[in-house]
Amino acid sequence: MERKEWPLWEVFIRSRNGLDHKHCGSVHAPDAPMALQAARDVYTRRQEGVSIWVVQADQIHASDPDAKPEMFDPADDKIYRHPTFYKLPDEVDHM
Amino acid sequence: MTSAAHLEYVLRLADNALILGQRLSEWTGHAPVLEEELALANVALDLIGQSRLLLSHAGKLEAAGRDEDQLAFLRADHQYRNLTLVELPNGDFGRTVVRNFLFAAFQRALWEALPGSTDLDLAAIAEKSLKETRYHLRHSAEWVVRLGDGTDESHARMQSAVAFLWPYTAEFFTANAVDSEVAAAGLGVAWADLQPAWEAAVLPVLVEATLAIPAQTAFRSCGKLGTHSEHLGHLLAEMQHLQRAHPGAQW
Repeated sequence: MERKEWPLWEVFIRSRNGLDHKHCGSVHAPDAPMALQAARDVYTRRQEGVSIWVVQADQIHASDPDAKPEMFDPADDKIYRHPTFYKLPDEVDHM
Repeated sequence: MTSAAHLEYVLRLADNALILGQRLSEWTGHAPVLEEELALANVALDLIGQSRLLLSHAGKLEAAGRDEDQLAFLRADHQYRNLTLVELPNGDFGRTVVRNFLFAAFQRALWEALPGSTDLDLAAIAEKSLKETRYHLRHSAEWVVRLGDGTDESHARMQSAVAFLWPYTAEFFTANAVDSEVAAAGLGVAWADLQPAWEAAVLPVLVEATLAIPAQTAFRSCGKLGTHSEHLGHLLAEMQHLQRAHPGAQW
C-alpha cells in the first residue's frame, strides 16, 4: 500500500501581545486547520502562546547556504551602516 | 432536596471525566502520530483535572472525610457512576475519536447549563471546564469529518465506530430520580433536557462526515446507576493497583 505522509508545517508562536511571532518548531498535519490544532497541542501546553501561525514548509523559500559569501560577507566591513556614529541630543536616551 | 441525590449527581460528572481520562491516557506511547498523541494526552489531562475538582467537591458534600484520592482509588466498580460509554475499550483510533466527539458534545451541553447551578462550586467548575471541552469537541469533530469523509478504509472504520458506540449514547438522556431532584432544586440540569443541544452539535457533523446515523434501539446501558460493563473492573484494576498494594502511598 502506498504510504502518503502528511505535509510538514512550520509553526510560529506569539508569546505575548505586542511581541512578534517566533519560529518554534514544526508539525505534520493533513491540512491547515489540523496543523493549527497540532501546533496548539504540541507547542502551547505550558502557556507559551497567545497566537499561532502555521506555514506549509514547502511554501518557504530559503537562501542558498552555498551563497553565504556573496550574500552576507559584504556587510562585514560596512560598520558605518550602524547608527552609532551620530551624535544624539542628551534628551534621547537609549537609542 | 436530599443531599444524597446532590452527591450522586456530582459523582456522575466526576466519574465520567475520571474514567474517560484514564482510558485516553492508555494512548500514551501508542498513538498513530506524535501530534495526536499529545492531543489525546492533553484531553486526558483536562478530564483528570476536571475529575479532581469534582471529586474534591463530592468529598465535601459527602462529609465522610474522603478526599479526591480516596474517591478515585478506593471505590469498587459498582460504586462508580460514570456512563458506560466512557469505560468501553478504546478500540482503534477511529473509535477513540468518535467516542471523544460524542462525549464532548454531551459534556459541552452540561457545562453550558451548569454555570446557572445554585451549587456555586459546581457552577465554577463548569465554567472552567467549558473552555477545555469546547476544544475537545472542536478537535474531535475535525477528525470525524476528515476520517468519515476520507478514504474507503477510514470511512468504513468510522461508520463501524459510530454503529458500535451509538447505542450507548441513549444512556446520556434516560430520566431518573437523581436528575429530577437535582433539577427541581436548581442544583443542576436534568440530563434528558440536554438531548436537543447534543443532537444539534452531533448530527450536522456526522452528515458532513458522510456517516449514516444509526437507528435508535431498545438497548440501555446503565453505568450511571452503578451497573457497569465487564470493562470497568479491568480499568480500575490498573488504575487502582498502586493504592491497593501500598495504601496511602504518595510521591
